[in-house]
Amino acid sequence: MAEVLNDIIKPENQIYGKSEVLTDNVLHYCPGCSHGVVHKLIAEVIEEMGIQEQTIGVAPVGCSVLAYNYLEIDWQEAAHGRAPALATAIKRLRPDRFVFSYQGDGDLAAIGTAETIHACNRGENIVMVFINNGIYGMTGGQMAPTTLEGMKAATCPYGRDVSRDGHPIKITELLAQLPGTGYVTRQAVHTPAAVRKTKKALRKAFENQKLNKGTQLIEVVSTCSSGWKLTPVQANKWMEENMFAFYPLGDLKDE
Amino acid sequence: MRELKLMKGNEAIAEAAIRCGVDGYFGYPITPQSEIMETLMAEKPWETTGMVVLQAESEVASINMLYGGAGCGKRVMTSSSSPGVSLMQEGITYLAGAELPCVVVNVVRGGPGLGTIQPAQSDYFQSVKGGGHGDYKLIVLAPNSVQEMADFVELAFDLAFKYKNPALILSDGVIGQMMEKVELKEYTPRWTNEEIEKISPWATTGKGAHRGRNVITSLELEASEQEKVNHRLQAKYKEIEKNEVRCEKFMCDDADYLLVAYGSSARICQKSVELARENGIKVGLLRPITLFPYPVNEINALADQVKGILSVEMSAGQMVEDVRLAVNGKVKVEHFGRYGGAIPSPGEVVEALKQKIIGG
Ligand SMILES: Cc1ncc(C[n+]2csc(CCOP(=O)(O)OP(=O)(O)O)c2C)c(N)n1
Ligand code: SF4
Repeated sequence: MAEVLNDIIKPENQIYGKSEVLTDNVLHYCPGCSHGVVHKLIAEVIEEMGIQEQTIGVAPVGCSVLAYNYLEIDWQEAAHGRAPALATAIKRLRPDRFVFSYQGDGDLAAIGTAETIHACNRGENIVMVFINNGIYGMTGGQMAPTTLEGMKAATCPYGRDVSRDGHPIKITELLAQLPGTGYVTRQAVHTPAAVRKTKKALRKAFENQKLNKGTQLIEVVSTCSSGWKLTPVQANKWMEENMFAFYPLGDLKDE
Repeated sequence: MRELKLMKGNEAIAEAAIRCGVDGYFGYPITPQSEIMETLMAEKPWETTGMVVLQAESEVASINMLYGGAGCGKRVMTSSSSPGVSLMQEGITYLAGAELPCVVVNVVRGGPGLGTIQPAQSDYFQSVKGGGHGDYKLIVLAPNSVQEMADFVELAFDLAFKYKNPALILSDGVIGQMMEKVELKEYTPRWTNEEIEKISPWATTGKGAHRGRNVITSLELEASEQEKVNHRLQAKYKEIEKNEVRCEKFMCDDADYLLVAYGSSARICQKSVELARENGIKVGLLRPITLFPYPVNEINALADQVKGILSVEMSAGQMVEDVRLAVNGKVKVEHFGRYGGAIPSPGEVVEALKQKIIGG
């Protein structure tokens, strides 16, 4: 047995390990939540590009408000919706640094709509990671700007009524129209293949920042098992059947 | 090179910012202070000192750009007028909570609401009592000349970095728009990124191998920890109160009555003091230069000497509350003000002194 163990931990036998950019802090996210997976991917991209010492992250207000506890890089924690404004100034004052914002749908597409649109319109050289779970996770599952028609949430317990609440907003499509955005894509992390694709998209976004290609927007259609009141497995299935129909995956723009 | 120039208060702010090595200005146009950004854009400091100047989409954005820049240890500032500064209050409390140094200029106009573009001093409460949520204080400087508009930019940055706290220059439409002779300082270079790492080791400059990650945040979910943060802030404000009070006295030595006024009201009151003395009334003027910290001891000491005090403000009576607290019942304190964009004349002030204090 001992021999087997020694064999296992030989570096040449190691096929997977935790990124050094991830801290040892225990994630506070619910089981099945997409946030943790996306954190891991960002950490891996930063490590693989060797930019840990040059990266500054901007955390939002939302479930990922404590993102700064999980990635061993410098972070700023913004007021709700204001991450793109912080990131704008950070990048303009430190153009030698890699800067990204990490935001939920409420943060990016409701309270921070103006900051989001104008940062993209100015073509700020930043990466925006947009976690679209169609709900306000942190505050207990209220309706988000991206909540689907008919979808139930704490503030639309009978389902989103578009005549009252308006339609879910496809902000990524909107932002793709702005000349300031470079690479705009919509991904997910519900299967190993999707995880690999999202990682590739994140890598491309950070590489593009090096080339001053404008605002890089990576939307990740995500699960919120707690907010949706589903098990992690059910949440993935529900997302595939409902969210993807309205928010189809794939690149929207690559310039 | 030092230079003498005739310029508007707003222009002086912009010139001083470039000359004292400010790294970034972020703002949104509003009267009566738009000349600040206009001057900066015309001067193109990004070609000379490397200063970044950006017109933001709103005051909400510009104050949050300050957060981002200040978090990197950069010297960043914004300016606006009352309605815009109201919009900034969320960002200001986050800056105070995260203990970030930066400078905000408010060239005050009359309110409430959209109000008027004419000068006022009705944002005193907002500035010194905390216009946003939570227990916090700004360092508040009140210039009363174009020269002080220029000088206080650097002073505000010095104090902001000394205490890791946002500083506010509380001006008004009179000082912003009037033209006076001003002596501009020599250029001092902006801090290099290496200098910033030494001056502000807490800043998010990119996690070097030699240190753990730096995090700029105002969040502390644990109540006992958040209370500790508050204790630390309160101790800092006490320290500021102890060290940084600035005020100016004019003809107070033999005064029987005292005027207290800041900013452009203090300019008017200087004339009122002269007028009153021509009529045989011995009046002095105390001008608070810092509104937080407030010259409590100085006013309290003068209350032992004078028979009554008139607080003169272009507001319905805001600073008068702090004068009363400082005087602590020793003598009568009244308020006189014109407001909503109206400016009192020196004669009106003397009349008010006679009616409310001397005769009253
Ligand atoms: C100014 C302000 N308004 C409201 C809130 C309360 N709040 C915190 S997080 C949040 C919504 C978060 O939803 P989202 O951005 O979708 O992120 P998620 O939690 O789903 O990851 C709200 C409304 C706040 N913190 N600040
Ligand atoms: S509430 Fe939703 S978004 Fe928040 S951690 Fe739980 S699953 Fe994730």
